Amino acid sequence: MTAPAPAPAVAPAPGLVRPRSRRLLGAGRPGWSTAVLVVAALIASPVLAVALRALLQGGLQLPGGVGRMVVTTLLLVTSVALGTAALGTGLAWLVSVHEFPGRRVLSWLLVLPLAMPAYILGFVFLSTFDYAGPVQGALRSVLGDDLGALPVRSLGGASVVLVLTLYPYVYLLVRAAFTDIAPTAYDAARTLGASPARAFRTVLLPLARPSLAAGLALVTMEVLTDFATVQYFNVRTVSVGVYLTWKGSFDVASAVSLASLVLVFALVVLGMERGLRGGARYHQRGGRGRGLERRELTGGRAVAATGACALVAALAFGLPVLRLATWAWSAVADDNPLVNDRFADHLTSSVLVAAIAAVSCVLVSVVLAHALRLGGGRWVRGAAQATTFGYAVPGAVVGIGVLALFEGADRLLEALGREDGTGVLVTGSVLGILLAYVVRFTAPAYQAVDASFGRIPPTVSASALTLGATPGRLLRRVHLPLARSGVAVALTLVIVDAVKELPLVLLLRPFGFTTLSVWVYELASENFWERAALPALLIVVVAVVPVALTFRTRVTGQAP
Amino acid sequence: MVGVMPASTPAAASPGSATGDPSAGATTPALRLQAVTKSYGEHPAVQAVDLAVAAGEVLTVIGPSGCGKSTLLRLAAGLERPDSGSVWLGDREVAGSRWVPPERRHVGLVFQDHALFPHLDVATNIAFGLDRLPRGERGPRVTEVLELVGLGDLRDRYPHELSGGEQQRVALARALAPRPAVVLLDEPFSSLDENLRAQVRADTLAAIRLTGSAALLVTHDQTEALSLGDRLAVVRRGVVEQVGPPTEVYETPVNRFVATFMGDADYLPAHVRDALLTSEIGVVSTVPGWGRTELDVEVMLRPHEVALRPEPSAAAVVERVEYHGAFVLHHVRLPSGRTVRSWQQHGVRLEPGTPVDVTVVPGSRPVLLSGDTALFAPPDSARR
Repeated sequence: MTAPAPAPAVAPAPGLVRPRSRRLLGAGRPGWSTAVLVVAALIASPVLAVALRALLQGGLQLPGGVGRMVVTTLLLVTSVALGTAALGTGLAWLVSVHEFPGRRVLSWLLVLPLAMPAYILGFVFLSTFDYAGPVQGALRSVLGDDLGALPVRSLGGASVVLVLTLYPYVYLLVRAAFTDIAPTAYDAARTLGASPARAFRTVLLPLARPSLAAGLALVTMEVLTDFATVQYFNVRTVSVGVYLTWKGSFDVASAVSLASLVLVFALVVLGMERGLRGGARYHQRGGRGRGLERRELTGGRAVAATGACALVAALAFGLPVLRLATWAWSAVADDNPLVNDRFADHLTSSVLVAAIAAVSCVLVSVVLAHALRLGGGRWVRGAAQATTFGYAVPGAVVGIGVLALFEGADRLLEALGREDGTGVLVTGSVLGILLAYVVRFTAPAYQAVDASFGRIPPTVSASALTLGATPGRLLRRVHLPLARSGVAVALTLVIVDAVKELPLVLLLRPFGFTTLSVWVYELASENFWERAALPALLIVVVAVVPVALTFRTRVTGQAP
Repeated sequence: MVGVMPASTPAAASPGSATGDPSAGATTPALRLQAVTKSYGEHPAVQAVDLAVAAGEVLTVIGPSGCGKSTLLRLAAGLERPDSGSVWLGDREVAGSRWVPPERRHVGLVFQDHALFPHLDVATNIAFGLDRLPRGERGPRVTEVLELVGLGDLRDRYPHELSGGEQQRVALARALAPRPAVVLLDEPFSSLDENLRAQVRADTLAAIRLTGSAALLVTHDQTEALSLGDRLAVVRRGVVEQVGPPTEVYETPVNRFVATFMGDADYLPAHVRDALLTSEIGVVSTVPGWGRTELDVEVMLRPHEVALRPEPSAAAVVERVEYHGAFVLHHVRLPSGRTVRSWQQHGVRLEPGTPVDVTVVPGSRPVLLSGDTALFAPPDSARR
């Protein structure tokens, strides 16, 4: 499971990027504009590599059983999309239009599952509900042995785990639509005599449709990205196929073929998002943050509302964290050498890679934002916009794309006379992981940096230039000092995303290179749940940071 | 004075010389825009503009919002690149056949929002443009310009600790510190309180005069434009309609737009015959040079040119009275239903309904229009 965006305020869905109407310094700088194009090319390169490689090898070379994989992928995507749509929209409706005890706290707690990677919730879920787990044990003790084995390791089980980790995307975007976009129209409908239910059906839902579409697109991309969690459940999607094919045979042709299949899935999803959005872009002014008129719930209804929200938050975050903490406690108490020995090692790998990735992504983002401020026409703006789509590309495509790039580099080097090429294709390399991270995580970093740049008046940049500052000095003396809060947020976001990231590392890591997330996954795959708990808990704690950041934003009304 | 002034292309020999080279090319202007055109998408912001600011001169550019006046300034600063035409600073071409980016143009720029660097104190803000100066000379120069704008004691403050007027003066000091040949000011006073504005305006002008820089000041405030500059350029839809000294632009506007935009004006159908201008209110004035001419025209009357005298038998009636303090504006309905306005002294307040005799203040030279264009001499077709 890759890093979910903490909140749309920081990293909007691909389809929801704010239209910008800033007046830039229209002259443009060839050097900086070129830098933007280079960055865009770099970020697009893995996707292009997959597409190009697929074309060059003359069609797809699909391994056997691909039909089943496609069907499984379709089933999984559909069930998770339906589940998150229902759960996300329902909860958003509950907390936006109603008043009940604990609503304020719960409406934030419901975002917390964003900090729970699916590969962690997945093994906690399995340990709890599997045949040997406490739930089935309890059931058997009550109902007897003839219960048989519940089908937990199944597509259904995987769907439940993915829905519980991914619904916050839909919840956040739809809730934002309800409170930011719809209030005036909702009020108008209510004063025209519509009941709350009718106003919800005829006004709120249609107005929230673009946000719902964007949220579902994000969810679907995450499902397509995942090839770790679903393997706990013996579910073989196309992305799993990509991973197993590559790790099993190191056959670039087959891996690229499957990856381009994932790419096709992703393109269909983006197309459907466009369709669902129906060309609608609702940017209603006024009433921002004012929220809807909320109906006070009383008695049993209030209890039910509080209970439902609390139950979801508990299932998706509270109980799993509790269980992890218990395990971690007992593991530490046992002083299991495994816990302490490798822990520092893997932690160092995680932190190092995350830090380098964060610095790279922020560097790239600052170059983008600064170059855009210097002007440079439609191409440059388009290129900068294109870099944000890396976040939507499924991890399997990015990973295989990076491998295809390495293969291309190998061939080039061999053609130039170096026989072993780069030598990293099969062995993997940290460089590949970093490249993949930059492709995936530049988008959230750029959103944060760009938001900070947006708060620097263009006249300040213009003044600096007319006072004789070169673009470099403008960046050092004016833009960077003024955008430092955005830079800090961007660094945090990427570090967290990178620490949580699993599929890309699994695919690209060199032999013997293990991060915390990979370690958790390996231990969990072998049912060493207690040992996996401590690193898993650490990842969750780190991942809570950006969610808490956005909470502060909502409460204080200030951007982080 | 020659013939009919076409509204869109004021000829160079008109009362308000369009290129506005005050000294007729004797010295090189500090800033010159030559046939400059700039469009945003399909929307032309500036069309074939010729404009020159002489060394030491203050030129105000005025026009309704969205007329392209700020674009002129951005073109001069190098924040926009012209689609065609050229920009010159002294005898150096900075846009056109070559391109000089803003940081190498050496012009000062002051914005409406002052655009101070919020993370730097006043002294560091002002020193920002002095980085090419030897280190030892920066401090004295900062002190010098701070004294010039009268803020010597605020050098360690941060922008957020300053009032709007102080921010404006720091912005000016920062722009003047590197001794630019040209200062560009984009509505520098419009973010200030009304009661502060006159003083800041006067101080700003004094500071600019002291440094001897040429200044191009963009504004949408008529009073400011008329009182501030040596010359004034009126812009509409990206086209310079008229350039000239403020008195000339106000008193002899080249067309109806300039006439109306620069001050209150009422228009009455009128007739010239043998140098005598008559209208509904009787004889308006004589028109020297219009002998042996007969022509239907329109006459523009500014409220200060209209005199009122209570006269029970008169057909015109006071309709409405606006008290403005020192003066009182009377709206008078003429028998035709048209209205004219008249400024009266503080003490004069005629009740609505009072019949009044309307005349034109002796010595006035009201502007005549044919269509939307001002007439400064009788057209040949009207000769008898």
